[in-house]
Amino acid sequence: MYQFKIHNADNLSTAVDLFNASDEPVYIAGGHTLIPTMKQRLSAPSDVIDLAKIPGLDAITQADDVLQIGAMATHAKVTASSLVQEHCAALASLAGGIGDRQVRNRGTIGGSLANNDPAADYPAAVLGLNAEIVTDRRTITAEAFFKAMFETALEPDEIIQAVHFPQVEQAVYLKFPNPASRYAMVGVMLTRTAGEVRVAITGAAASVFRAAAFEEALTSDFRISAIDAVTLSAETLNADMHASAEYRAHLCKVLIKRGVEALSA
Amino acid sequence: MSGSLIGKSVLRKEDHRFVTGKGRYTDDVQLVGVTYATFVRSPYARADIKSFDISAALAAPGVITVLTGEDVTKDGLGGLPCGWMIHSKDGSEMRQPHHPVLAADRVNYLGEPVALVIAESQLEAKNAAEMVMVDFEPLTAVVNPATASQADTLYEAVPNNLCYEWELGDEAATDEGLANAAHVTTLQLTNNRLIPNAIEPRAALAEYNSGTDEIILHTTSQNPHLARLIMTAFVQIAPEHKLRVIAPDVGGGFGSKIFIYSEETALAWAAKKLGLTIKWTAERSESFLTDAHGRDHVSEAKLALSADGEFLALKVKTIANMGAYLSTFASAVPTYLYGTLLAGQYRTPAIYVEVDSVFTNTAPVDAYRGAGRPEATYLLERIVEKAAAEMGLDPAELRRRNFISRDQFPYQTPVALEYDTGDYEASLHKALEMADYDTFSARQTEAAARGKLRGIGLSCYIEACGLAPSQVAGALGAGVGLWESGEVRVNPTGSVTVLTGSHSHGQGHETTFAQLVADRLGLPIEDVEVVHGDTGKLDFGLGTYGSRSLAVGGSALSVAADKVVEKGRKIAAHLLRTDVDNIDFEAPVFKMIDSNESKTFQEIAFAAYVNHDYPSDELEPGLAEKAFYDPLNFTYPAGSHICEVEIDPDTGVVEIIQFVAVDDFGTIINPMIVEGQVHGGLAQGIGQALLEQAVYDDTGQLITGSYMDYCMPRADNFPDFKVGMTCTPCTHNPVGAKGCGEAGAIGSPPAVMNAVIHALGGIEIDMPATSEKVWRAVQTMQSMKTA
Repeated sequence: MYQFKIHNADNLSTAVDLFNASDEPVYIAGGHTLIPTMKQRLSAPSDVIDLAKIPGLDAITQADDVLQIGAMATHAKVTASSLVQEHCAALASLAGGIGDRQVRNRGTIGGSLANNDPAADYPAAVLGLNAEIVTDRRTITAEAFFKAMFETALEPDEIIQAVHFPQVEQAVYLKFPNPASRYAMVGVMLTRTAGEVRVAITGAAASVFRAAAFEEALTSDFRISAIDAVTLSAETLNADMHASAEYRAHLCKVLIKRGVEALSA
Repeated sequence: MSGSLIGKSVLRKEDHRFVTGKGRYTDDVQLVGVTYATFVRSPYARADIKSFDISAALAAPGVITVLTGEDVTKDGLGGLPCGWMIHSKDGSEMRQPHHPVLAADRVNYLGEPVALVIAESQLEAKNAAEMVMVDFEPLTAVVNPATASQADTLYEAVPNNLCYEWELGDEAATDEGLANAAHVTTLQLTNNRLIPNAIEPRAALAEYNSGTDEIILHTTSQNPHLARLIMTAFVQIAPEHKLRVIAPDVGGGFGSKIFIYSEETALAWAAKKLGLTIKWTAERSESFLTDAHGRDHVSEAKLALSADGEFLALKVKTIANMGAYLSTFASAVPTYLYGTLLAGQYRTPAIYVEVDSVFTNTAPVDAYRGAGRPEATYLLERIVEKAAAEMGLDPAELRRRNFISRDQFPYQTPVALEYDTGDYEASLHKALEMADYDTFSARQTEAAARGKLRGIGLSCYIEACGLAPSQVAGALGAGVGLWESGEVRVNPTGSVTVLTGSHSHGQGHETTFAQLVADRLGLPIEDVEVVHGDTGKLDFGLGTYGSRSLAVGGSALSVAADKVVEKGRKIAAHLLRTDVDNIDFEAPVFKMIDSNESKTFQEIAFAAYVNHDYPSDELEPGLAEKAFYDPLNFTYPAGSHICEVEIDPDTGVVEIIQFVAVDDFGTIINPMIVEGQVHGGLAQGIGQALLEQAVYDDTGQLITGSYMDYCMPRADNFPDFKVGMTCTPCTHNPVGAKGCGEAGAIGSPPAVMNAVIHALGGIEIDMPATSEKVWRAVQTMQSMKTA
C-alpha cells in the first residue's frame, strides 16, 4: 500500500468538496475491493474519503411501496432487515450470500454498485428489480446506470445516496459461485410483476445485462417449456480458467429454469 | 501408572497459547534496531538480465542498501543444493543447474529473486524496490512438462531439459507379465500441480552479533539444523558454529518449509555482510510464486491381469516436473518416494517404472504432504478401479484377490521395500461396513430418481513413512542420514525437559511427545516440557516431514527415557544399598524387589544432582540422557478410503455425500490429534481431487496467483468425515507407531476420483474435477447413451 490521506466526511457536500480539492481522490464505502487493490499497489489514491460517518446514509426505510436502502447500508444490515425481508425476500437473501461474514459486515450496497464489479451480486438485483439509483444530484435508472466493466453513469465526484426498489410481485436470485473466489460465476435475478418478466444476469459478461429473449418468452408463457428452445449466445460472455463462455451460457439457462421452477412452486 | 497416558485424547498443551494469540512466530519476534527487506523479483518466467541500476533505489528515503545477484556472485556464495543424488538408468548422475541465492545473469521462473532492498521501514523498502531498475531481456519460456524435453534447452549442461531418466524394477519380467495377461488395463493421467498454502507465510529475521561473530536466524523451518547445515557447508555464509537457526512457533508447512530457499539464506548473508538485523515476511502473493509447489506428473500405466483378476505386472512411465531448479529434496520425490510405492497393498510380482524428470520455467517443485506417495497411490488405485470395471468385478473383491495377506509379512515387494506388517483386509472390511457399501445400489437408484448421478470409489493406499533407515537412504542417494535425536533431561526437582530434533509446526508434538515421556516415567504430563526448533539448544536434528516425527523422533525419546530409567535404577540401588538387579522401576517408583523399600522418581532426580550420597566413582552425576534413533526400516501406514459422491448433471457440480477413512497407523498415542491429522490430510487430498490446481499460462505467468483463482478447500466443501482405525503396531520401533500426517492426502484423491468416474459411467477426467469438466463428461455420457 502506498501512503495516502484518509478523511472522514460528515456530510455529502463536504465529501464532494474534499474530493474536488484532492489530486487522486477516491471515496471508500466499505472498501472490500478498494483496500485489496491498494494493498497490491494496483490502486494509489492520494486521498481516501470515508463515507461511513455521514449520518443517516445507511438507513433502510419504506415509502409508498418503495423500499429505500441507504448507500452505506452493509450487506449484513440489508440481509437482517425485516423491511427488506418483507418487501423482497430475494434481495435480503442475495445480500446474505455476498462474500463472507467479514465482508458482509463492512461492504455496502452503494460501494458495490459504484464499483460495478462484473461478478458482483447487487447489480443483478438493481437491474432485475428495476431499481433507481438516487445520488447527491439526480436519480438514475438501473438501465442507465451500468455502463461497462467497472464503469457506471456516476460522475467522478458523484455519490450514491440510496437505492429505491419498487414493489415486485415475485423475485428470486440464484447464484453459481466461482469455487475459488465465491463471486458469481453467473448469477440470475428473475422477477415477475404484472406478468412482465425481467431476467438480469451478473458474472457472465463484462457487465450486468438483461436476457431479452428469455424475458420475452417467459412474459408470454411463464413455464420452463417456454424457454426450451431459447439460448443465450456465448459470444459476448466471459471465459476464464474456471468456466468457458459456453459453460457460462449453459449455466445461465440452468439457473433461469430453476428460477422459474422456484417462482412457480 | 505406566500405560495410563498412551491412547488418551489429552487436550493439546500448545493450544492455549495459539488460540489466545500468544504464539510467537518469526514475525512476532521484536529486536531493537531492526531493518526490513523487500525482494525484487523477476516479472518474467525466463529472461536474461542485461544490467542492474540501483542508483534511484539507493537514494530513496530510508534505504540502507541494495544487494543484487552481482553481489552474491562477487561474494562467491555457493548455490542452493539438492540433497539427494539420483542416477539415471545409464548410471550417470542427475544434472543439477546452479541455483543462485539471487539471480545475476538469467532468471528462470516468475518471481525468482534478483535483488533485495534493505530499509528502515517495510514501506520504504517496498517503495524503493520499485525503483530498482533491472534490464530484462525476455526469452521464450518452457512451461509444459509433457513437451519440455523437446523444447528449447534451458541450461547448457542439461541436454533436453532432462534432470535424469530413472528406472526401478525388472522390465523384462514386467513385459513378460503383460504379454501373458488375459487382460491389460491402460491409463493416462496427470497429477495436478498444487501450491502448499501454509497459514503462516515464510519469514526470516537475521541478526548479526559482531562481538561474537554469530548470526542468529529466526525462520519458518521444519528442520532448522538442515537449514544451518546447507547455509554454512554449501552456501558458505558462515562457519556452522557461527550460525544459530531458531524455528519458533511455525504456522504449517506441509513440506514447503523443509526446503532451503533464497530469501532466508540471503537475509542471513546480508545480516553478517552489513552488520544489520533484518526482517522479511513473505506476502501471500510471494508465497504463491515462490514456495515450492507440489505434484505435477504426467503418467501412463499398464496393468496386466490374469483371467481371474490376479495382478501379473504393472508398467509405468512418468514425466515429473522439477520446475526451474532442483529444490532441496526434489529429486527424491518422483523416484524413491514414488516408484517404490507402486506395489501398494498388492502382490503384483513384476513392476517396472521409468521416470523422466524435466526442468521448466516454473517455480521449483518439491515434497508436499505425501510427496511422491500420493502420486503413486493415485495412479495405482485409479488403474485398479478401472481394471475392476473393465473386467466386471467388484472393485473391493478385485483388491481382496490381490492383497498381501496378514500371514505374508514381512513382505518383499519387487520395488525395493520390505513391508514389516499390516492387515489390509481388516481396514477394507471396516471401511466397507462404515460406508454401507453393500447397499450402495439402492442409494444410487434413489439419487437417480432425483435426477442425480451417484458414484462410489475406493482407494486402498500404503505409504512408506518414518524416513528413514540411514544406510538404506544413503545407498539410494540421500546426502544426509535420517535418524533423529532426542534428549530426556530430568531436572533436580523431577520435572522433565524433553529436547527433540523433530519440529512441530502444528502437529501437536508438545502434547504427544510429552504424553509419551510422561507415560514412560509415570509423571503427570504437566511436568514434561518439550523443546524443539533451535540449533542452539539441541545437538542436531533432522526435522519433521514424511510422517517421521513420532516413529523416529518419538522412538529416540523412548530410548532416551529407557536410559534415564536404567541410570535411575543404579542410583536407587546405591541409595537402598542393594544390587541394581534388585531394583524394579514401577513408574514412577524405583522399588527394591522383595522389600517395602523404594525411592520416588523425584528422590532419584534430586540425588542425581545433589550428590551427597552418590556413587560418583561409578556413575556421573546428573540425570539427562540422549539417544540417536536410526530406524531399521520405513514404517508402512496403510488403509482404505471410500468416497461417495453425487453429481448434478445440469451443472456438473460434485457433492461429496460421504467420506470414510479407515487407517492403520500402528500404536496411537493421542487419538484426537491423529483424527485431526486425518481430517487435515483429507481436506488437502479432496482439495486436490476437486478444487486445487496451479496454472501457468504459455508464457509462464501464474494464473492462480491468489485465492481469487487458486481454489482452497473450505469447510463447506466437505461432509463430516467418518474416521476409523485398525491397528497392527510397527514391528521395529519401540513406540509401535507408523505415522499419520500424510495419509489423508495420500489415500483420498483416488477415492474421490474413482467415485466421480463411477458416477460418470466410466468416463475419465483428470483432477481437479471442476464443474465444467464434469459437465462436459456428462454431455459425452449422455450422447453415448443416445448413440
